[in-house]
Amino acid sequence: MTETAERTPILEMREIRKTFIGVKALAGVDLNAWEGEIHALMGENGAGKSTLMKILAGAYRADPGGEIRIDGHPVVIDGPLAAKRLGVAVIYQELSLSPNLTVAENIYLGREPTASGMIDRAAMEKGAAPVLERLGADFTPRTLVGDLSIAERQLVEIARAVHAHARILVMDEPTTALSSRETDRLFDLIRQLRGEGLAIIYISHRMNEIYELADRVSVLRDGAYVGTLTRAELSADRLVKMMVGRDISGFYTKGVGNPHRYGPVALDVRDFSDGRRVKKASLTVRHGEVVALAGLVGSGRTELARLIFGAERRLSGTMTLEGRPVEIHSPGAAIATGLAYLTEDRKAQGLFLDMSVHDNVNLAVFGRDSSMGGVLDLARAGERVKAAIAALKIRVAGPGVEVGTLSGGNQQKVLLSRLLETQPEVLLLDEPTRGVDIGAKSEIYRLIDELAARGVAVLVISSELPEVVGIADRVVVMRDGIVAGELDGSEAHPITQETIMELATGAKTHAAA
Amino acid sequence: MSEKVETAPAASPAKASEHRAKIQSFVRTVGMAPILILLGIIFQTLSDRFISVQNLSIVAQQASVNMVLAAGMTFVILTGGIDLSVGSILAAAAMVALIMSNVPDLAFLAIPLGIGAGLFFGVLNGAMIAFLRLPPFIVTLGALTAVRGVARLLGADKTVFNAKLPFAVIGNGSIFGVPWLVVIAFAVILVSWFILRRTVLGVHIYAVGGNADAARLSGIKVPLVLLFVYGISGAFSGLGAIMQAARLYAANGLQLGQSYELDAIAAVILGGTSFVGGIGSIWGTLVGALIIAVLSNGLVLIGISDIWQFIIKGLVIIGAVALDRYRLSSSAR
Repeated sequence: MTETAERTPILEMREIRKTFIGVKALAGVDLNAWEGEIHALMGENGAGKSTLMKILAGAYRADPGGEIRIDGHPVVIDGPLAAKRLGVAVIYQELSLSPNLTVAENIYLGREPTASGMIDRAAMEKGAAPVLERLGADFTPRTLVGDLSIAERQLVEIARAVHAHARILVMDEPTTALSSRETDRLFDLIRQLRGEGLAIIYISHRMNEIYELADRVSVLRDGAYVGTLTRAELSADRLVKMMVGRDISGFYTKGVGNPHRYGPVALDVRDFSDGRRVKKASLTVRHGEVVALAGLVGSGRTELARLIFGAERRLSGTMTLEGRPVEIHSPGAAIATGLAYLTEDRKAQGLFLDMSVHDNVNLAVFGRDSSMGGVLDLARAGERVKAAIAALKIRVAGPGVEVGTLSGGNQQKVLLSRLLETQPEVLLLDEPTRGVDIGAKSEIYRLIDELAARGVAVLVISSELPEVVGIADRVVVMRDGIVAGELDGSEAHPITQETIMELATGAKTHAAA
Repeated sequence: MSEKVETAPAASPAKASEHRAKIQSFVRTVGMAPILILLGIIFQTLSDRFISVQNLSIVAQQASVNMVLAAGMTFVILTGGIDLSVGSILAAAAMVALIMSNVPDLAFLAIPLGIGAGLFFGVLNGAMIAFLRLPPFIVTLGALTAVRGVARLLGADKTVFNAKLPFAVIGNGSIFGVPWLVVIAFAVILVSWFILRRTVLGVHIYAVGGNADAARLSGIKVPLVLLFVYGISGAFSGLGAIMQAARLYAANGLQLGQSYELDAIAAVILGGTSFVGGIGSIWGTLVGALIIAVLSNGLVLIGISDIWQFIIKGLVIIGAVALDRYRLSSSAR
């Protein structure tokens, strides 16, 4: 990992430019990577990381003028096949496996071995087994990919890359859907691959991952190359400054300027269960309070939120809103009683990607605003979307633009706007900053804080512990479908990453008064 | 994002992408209209009888029933569904209407009961799809066969005539020179446009087709939306039945409406509506239905044999959609 003058980098990208119909996505970006290096690529969403990697992967073609060298030789990457031939493999956030095929079939996809014209399954399984073993997989080549967890599927993708003799491995936010234990295993594997001489380009928003893994970090901002830091030069302040071009002080804004004043209990959930993932969970949220629902992935947090919102059928439990018992059996009923739920999966369950920002923002209130039993009030809708774009600083050319073309942070803001249009008294936010860049993150934190200051009861589900510690007034920790404990920030029950993890992992069980 | 290398001097990124969105939506709306015009020019050059008031009026009349069915089909396909049963429903509804028209004193019920029968079968389809969560293809494939059986049963498998059909004017009369059939078809298109683009229900239809999970989480009552689209498809089939029966003064449970569903689906797809739902417009469907009618009429005018008409029609449908895909993807870049 030390750069010596004689060594040639395995990958050099120089002056890479890319313009989409007048929109500059990349304005002359440089990047190089050495064998046996983990090179982190950071930048806000829209900074150009994905575009750069798609050029490397052959999904896009760069504008003329730039140069890509592999092992010091200039190369032309004019398609995904060329990239593959040159030893480049990319593992995208959305995995590209066929769930209906076996692990071996997926590993060999597109280059299946044949024996006298017929597909040779035995050879595939024999060939895949050693790779899986080397990567420490505990499933067989014959397993159906559909039966594997997300982490295991990722392993299959890596196995496919390793099996194809990839030398440059690009990973785009690989830990987004992983639990912390799975993340640790992935990191071990990445280090192993580094040891085997691969160059790994690692895209992530998470600072602690960068600290743990990266040998060097390159930062992009607005399509331009900002700089590269070596491990010795790494510091969070410096990185954040490079990424946003300004100092984000007070990143978390709990009660900054407007201390939360708690009102009466807004939401009271007693003994909820769905018979599967949620066993017996109770919690309360007061007006003006931000309560975080923490716990490991799979502990039943999302399921509990969906039960509260009426999106799933519950087996038992009672619920009161504003002190009155309520029965909610559908999301429509939940919205009508003043609840709003932000899904953790905005693309699959939240947004209408083919529809405009205008329609997405207004979707939940078109009915309220309508006249004569359902005729749209387009003037009112137009005002609402304009106000929402201004209030949440959504970066979009106009309300008619399709949501699918926006960056992750702006998509999330559109979805939040839809919830806020219904003027909810109780907000359930499931991973509100997932896949969102740092700038948008801090804006979302500020928004949560403002809503709480206005008296809204906010329940935030989050897997990022610094976020939980940074924004929550109180933390409810779930483990295996039950509430393992609560932390109210008092001296006896302080809110720290350690106290949360103790409860989440079952190292300790206690509850604050 | 787009991926074509284009170094056009654009003012600002925001302007450019707004501009692009506008072009895209324009291309989508206009859709196949150029093909329609092209076909018109071709047929006019080859036969010179094509563009005349009389012939165009015939084309419009031929298109009218399919336009009504295709309008209903547009609602269904926008939700990501399909309705294969419209031809059979048309036959059954026509039988109901014809039988009622022969009942003394109650003949005035022929039209409401005909449309009502269509609505009934449509709602039945919708209920199975919305509440039992059966796949639309399977449900309406079953209905295609079963309702055809009902249509034959209704007239004891015979043709029902009524030489003094009370609503015959619909099929043969005109107002200010425009045939009633054409007036009705265009009224249906307008009503459909209004529902789809100017009502809450319309937005919900697009939303359900675009992302059913998200629609549910946004508080949309997805089953009711599905019930509506299959219901309106059925009701429009009933209306189509009235129009068809009015032209023929008769209805036959076995032959009427055979394979009409295919022309209706073809019109919707030609109109650029996405098969997976969420994207499309009623204007596209209008153009699609006209293309099919122009093709049928033009091929007859220039004296192409019946067999070749089938082959050419099929190829034009595939070719036109292929061309459209190509055009859309290149304009999106």
